[in-house]
Amino acid sequence: MKAWIAFWNILVKDMRSYYLKPPNISWGLLFPLVWITMFLVRSGLGIESLPSLLPGLVGLSILFGTTSVLSVTVTFEKKGRSFERLLLAPISLEVLMLAKTTGAILFGVANAFVPLLVGSFLADLSGVNWATLIPAVVLIAISSTFLGLFIAVSVKEVFEAQTFSNFFRFPMIFLCGLFFPIGQLPLWLRPLSYVLPLTYGADVLHGSIHRPPHMPLVLDFGLLAAFCAVLFGFSLRNIQRKWIV
Amino acid sequence: MKRFGEVRAVAGVDFEVREGELFGFLGPNGAGKTTTINMLTGLARPDAGTIRIAGIDCSKNPKAAQHLMGVVPDESNLYPELTGFDNLSFCGSLYGMTRHDREARAQDLLEHFGLTEAAGRKFAGYSRGMKRKLTIAAGIIHAPPILFLDEPTTGIDVASARQIRQLIADLNANGTTIFLTTHYIEEAERLCQRIAFIVKGRIVHIDTVDALMHETDGRHVVQLAVSNNASELCDQIMAEFPSLQCRAVAAGNIRVESSEPVRVGPLVRLVEDRDAEVFEARRIRPSLEEVFVRVTGIEVNAMKQEKEKAKMGAGA
Repeated sequence: MKAWIAFWNILVKDMRSYYLKPPNISWGLLFPLVWITMFLVRSGLGIESLPSLLPGLVGLSILFGTTSVLSVTVTFEKKGRSFERLLLAPISLEVLMLAKTTGAILFGVANAFVPLLVGSFLADLSGVNWATLIPAVVLIAISSTFLGLFIAVSVKEVFEAQTFSNFFRFPMIFLCGLFFPIGQLPLWLRPLSYVLPLTYGADVLHGSIHRPPHMPLVLDFGLLAAFCAVLFGFSLRNIQRKWIV
Repeated sequence: MKRFGEVRAVAGVDFEVREGELFGFLGPNGAGKTTTINMLTGLARPDAGTIRIAGIDCSKNPKAAQHLMGVVPDESNLYPELTGFDNLSFCGSLYGMTRHDREARAQDLLEHFGLTEAAGRKFAGYSRGMKRKLTIAAGIIHAPPILFLDEPTTGIDVASARQIRQLIADLNANGTTIFLTTHYIEEAERLCQRIAFIVKGRIVHIDTVDALMHETDGRHVVQLAVSNNASELCDQIMAEFPSLQCRAVAAGNIRVESSEPVRVGPLVRLVEDRDAEVFEARRIRPSLEEVFVRVTGIEVNAMKQEKEKAKMGAGA
């Protein structure tokens, strides 16, 4: 019970301090809209091609939404030493880090629904399989958030967090099958795609919106969950090793 | 014991703090004070040795020990974007306090620390002294039986420092066990019951304040305020009483030292026989500062300046 009081208050504080701030809300809305416009204009295929672009737009919105804020805020709190307060609290590191990441997960999920909402006005989304789409959105948000956490505990400065985030994010736009099928990538790049969690999330998103998935859904979901566990475990280990020296 | 690479930050630190005690931990910059506090509070893991707090083995179960302790770090590290009241309430929630309990306690503490008017202002806008007070309030929001205070008055104005010292004394009088690190010798002397001197990661001396003073008190010192000719009177005192050492200190003052208690009557008579007057005679106790300098070989002023400079640099 006591741990839940701490969990809830850390989450509420982060939501108020970071995620619900006007700049973040507008960024969370604008960013997916800009992506939609850019891809529609660039593809030249017209509005009817939106369903095939939506999985990529949803994936990108989650990836950028989660990693941008979390990696920066955790690094910022660590640098200002307010993070020490959390480490000194009598709550387990697992509960503490889940509380710190839940805000980013919720923010990522909310970001995912911006392109979906816009898409529902512009195109026919009646064929969307929401039963697989929603769990996929949640799992992509969790894995991307934990990737952001992994970045946050690997760096010391805020600017390093941003640079290191881009080191992962930009290649993922091209390597994870969001817009370009993995099958069309050069053979030597494909193994890289399969070690990135978003590849499996993107496959479920495509499968839920406009075409059958390339891999069995069980495998996609299973691997996404495994990536979540590994990234979270690795981040906790890094915190124990680096921050509780 | 604690190492950082090749550097042995803390080694040979062995002490016990009694329940209800105000224990001082004194040392220069880099002596290992903060590393020791970090190990005690669970922010650092010792490479060797054991730490027990209220019978709990902190290396095995640091979270259980953290329930019992409040920590005030050497920097005011509350959340700049939250108000004073919200900061306290948030800190209370980390210890599982219900909303009603933590808000009531936050109100009480804000009032007690004289911060009620600033309760609704953001922490970022507080003065250095106010920040320090609120950080201490956050450390005791859950009424911990044990409190760690790391340099609580460094870098703040005299009035705030004085107020904080009184708050610390009050907390201790109400039963809180306090572990205080400071480089202000006079602060430790005034507040602490026992003191440990730490230098280069080792405790070089540990005792009660009275016993520490007594140890160098093999000398007995009396200071007389006289009307005139202090230097001349000193020579005459030493000629008359060969076991005494005498020197003129500030204008019109002479300091008489002996290994035996000094009898003041014959001294006063001698001075009066020389057509001078004695306005005041008082026993001078050695200061803890003198004890510290003797035990550690470190100049206190240099230590203070170094710390203040570091603090100002960090705050700039």
